[in-house]
Amino acid sequence: MEWYAIDTWIVIVGMLAAISCALLGNFLVLRKMSMMGDAISHAVLPGLAIAFLVTGVRASLTMFIGAAVVGVLTAVFTQWVSRFGKVDEGASMGIVFTTLFALGLLLIVQAADHVDLDAGCVLYGAIELTPLDVVWRPEFFGTVLDVPRAAIVLLIVCVVNALFVVLFFKELRISSFDAELATTMGFNANIMHYLLMTLVAVTTVAAFEAVGSIIVIAMLIVPAATAHLLTDRLGTMVILSVFIAVFTAALGHVAALCLPGWLGFDPSIVETTSTSGMMAVVAGLVFVAVLFFAPRYGIVTKRLRRLEDVSDLAVSREEADA
Amino acid sequence: MLLGCACGLMGGFLLLRKRSLMGDTLSHATLPGVCLAFIIAVMLGGVGKSLPILMLGATITGVLGCAAVLYIRNHSRIKDDAAMGIVLSVFFGAGVALLTMATKMPAGAAAGLESFIYGKTASMVLTDFWLLTVVTVCVLGLSTLLFKEFRLLCFDEAYAAAQGWPVRRLDVLLLGLVTAVTVAGLQAVGLILIIAFLITPAAAARFWTDQLDRMLLLSALIGGLSGWLGASVSALIPNMPAGALIVLVAAGCFLLSMLFGLERGVVIRGYRQLELKRSVGRQHLLRALYEILEANAVSAEGIQIRAVPFRQVRGRRTWSDAQLRRYLKSAYNEGLIEVIDREGQISLTSAGLEAAAQVTRNHRLWEMYLIEYADVATSRVDRDADAVEHVLGEKMVAILESKLQSYRPVESSAVPVSPHPIHPGD
Repeated sequence: MEWYAIDTWIVIVGMLAAISCALLGNFLVLRKMSMMGDAISHAVLPGLAIAFLVTGVRASLTMFIGAAVVGVLTAVFTQWVSRFGKVDEGASMGIVFTTLFALGLLLIVQAADHVDLDAGCVLYGAIELTPLDVVWRPEFFGTVLDVPRAAIVLLIVCVVNALFVVLFFKELRISSFDAELATTMGFNANIMHYLLMTLVAVTTVAAFEAVGSIIVIAMLIVPAATAHLLTDRLGTMVILSVFIAVFTAALGHVAALCLPGWLGFDPSIVETTSTSGMMAVVAGLVFVAVLFFAPRYGIVTKRLRRLEDVSDLAVSREEADA
Repeated sequence: MLLGCACGLMGGFLLLRKRSLMGDTLSHATLPGVCLAFIIAVMLGGVGKSLPILMLGATITGVLGCAAVLYIRNHSRIKDDAAMGIVLSVFFGAGVALLTMATKMPAGAAAGLESFIYGKTASMVLTDFWLLTVVTVCVLGLSTLLFKEFRLLCFDEAYAAAQGWPVRRLDVLLLGLVTAVTVAGLQAVGLILIIAFLITPAAAARFWTDQLDRMLLLSALIGGLSGWLGASVSALIPNMPAGALIVLVAAGCFLLSMLFGLERGVVIRGYRQLELKRSVGRQHLLRALYEILEANAVSAEGIQIRAVPFRQVRGRRTWSDAQLRRYLKSAYNEGLIEVIDREGQISLTSAGLEAAAQVTRNHRLWEMYLIEYADVATSRVDRDADAVEHVLGEKMVAILESKLQSYRPVESSAVPVSPHPIHPGD
């Protein structure tokens, strides 16, 4: 395994994406809307396609706006269908995003004759290629830093999300746990909901354009769910989820570099595997570890505690007998 | 089309179990299986792209994914949706990692694996067709055989368990069937669009009926229809992917059903609400008229039909002029009232008086019930009774009569005296 400057940038970009997603993910998990990231990341396809068909260039700004708009629309439509049609939230999400995805696929295939807009590249993004897209080269103590575009975009998104969570922490907390209480306390839980959804959409689009949709889906859910198993306090949960996200992002890339070798592939042919895929896998492994061994809610710890209780009981009964 | 039927059927059960997105998780979870099967097959020196092997791999990881979701949900505080999301993203991530390795392998030509994600209905070969047929027949047969069991599982899991049925095993069997359908359909419409196949027809059928057997039939029908329609349109017009078209047709069906469904559609529910509002308004009007007549009557039996000025009716309740006029018009159309002149003399017809007496009687019976049995203060019962009187059925009225017999004798047809003073408006 060799480590280059490129690898550092990949890890940094991955971390930024992971942090932005994990911050918002906490509230999605608490609101039982975990699948929203998945839905949005599939549903933005028509947004990308339309933006492309209208402008005719693969300029990332217009595509970004198109995708973000459709992402927000996904959230809105889901809400509508489940409210007016009295359909289960999950089902309405499924209907909305598959329909939008089908529409996007249709549009892309229609346009595909003369463009290189590949559905695959839209869905996977390529974190490995991000360092090549350099826009800013500041001199820093004599060394030239090649800052990739994705890092800047994701840094902005990350800061915005962090500000949102910190500034509206109280509102988010109340509206996540008890929307009606929030309304009686005088702020609109609905607005909070749409604000959150907008940020989720923007983050999803920004992150998957840079690093691929798997990271987005995984990082929206897994760190938050893991943190949820570790603590009962929302503040702690948010901070924990950020740490877990950073950890998995770094380890994921290392794993991507090492794994093919371990599996016995010839390193000259199969050098590395997908970093985003491995980040998701590492996140999954962390989750499984926590699922079993979390101090309070782990499955193994719960079992052990029960055994202890039983033996305590036996001891006290013996004492009572004696 | 076959696939549409099978998916529609399974989707019905999924929807009712609130597991719609399970199909999503499942279809993503099959990816690592496909890739792993490919890699292993190639390493063992076989042909990587043989369909049965890939399908086997897909089924194995699909079932594993399902099991993981159920395990996480049952053994921790993580909810259904988060459990599905975790399994989905982790399995898919593993799948992508494996796919990247697979495409870089010397055997190389893993490009065919990509078709699992996007699907190619048009390029289906005969073996695929037979496979689909077999799966569909199996699914149809099993769900007909186990219809009763699945129904109970969907509606009342705890009751099914109390009845001594192997709920856990049934659940797994149901998910197993879903997996079979998903895997079989992957090749045809692709990983993402199969989700639509599982969810949309079932959700559309839900708007038309409350009966499970009809809903499933309808759902299968919608699934089959959109499959057929989408496929034929895609065959007619060049450069149209069949999978996407099928989904769009299904979505169109859903939209139509949502608006015009006869059981829970938006239009029909709106109409019902309007109808209810109108009938409530009419009943309020009748009672108001009756109470005015009653207040002016000299003796108990002396309630006579008499013209009442509009303003006096208006003062009985908090309703606007326009509202009252609307109710008056509807009552007039039903032949319950007569309008003496335009500027406000209203009079009940004899049929109207009978209806008004009935409404007032129901109202007062309920008031008395509240006072005697629910300890509601006399001054407050009017409002409370207002909310309930409109939905009292004949049976309920009979029960009320017999219950109140011991407290205040009520003659079987007479209108009891109001338990609280009535202030007729100006």
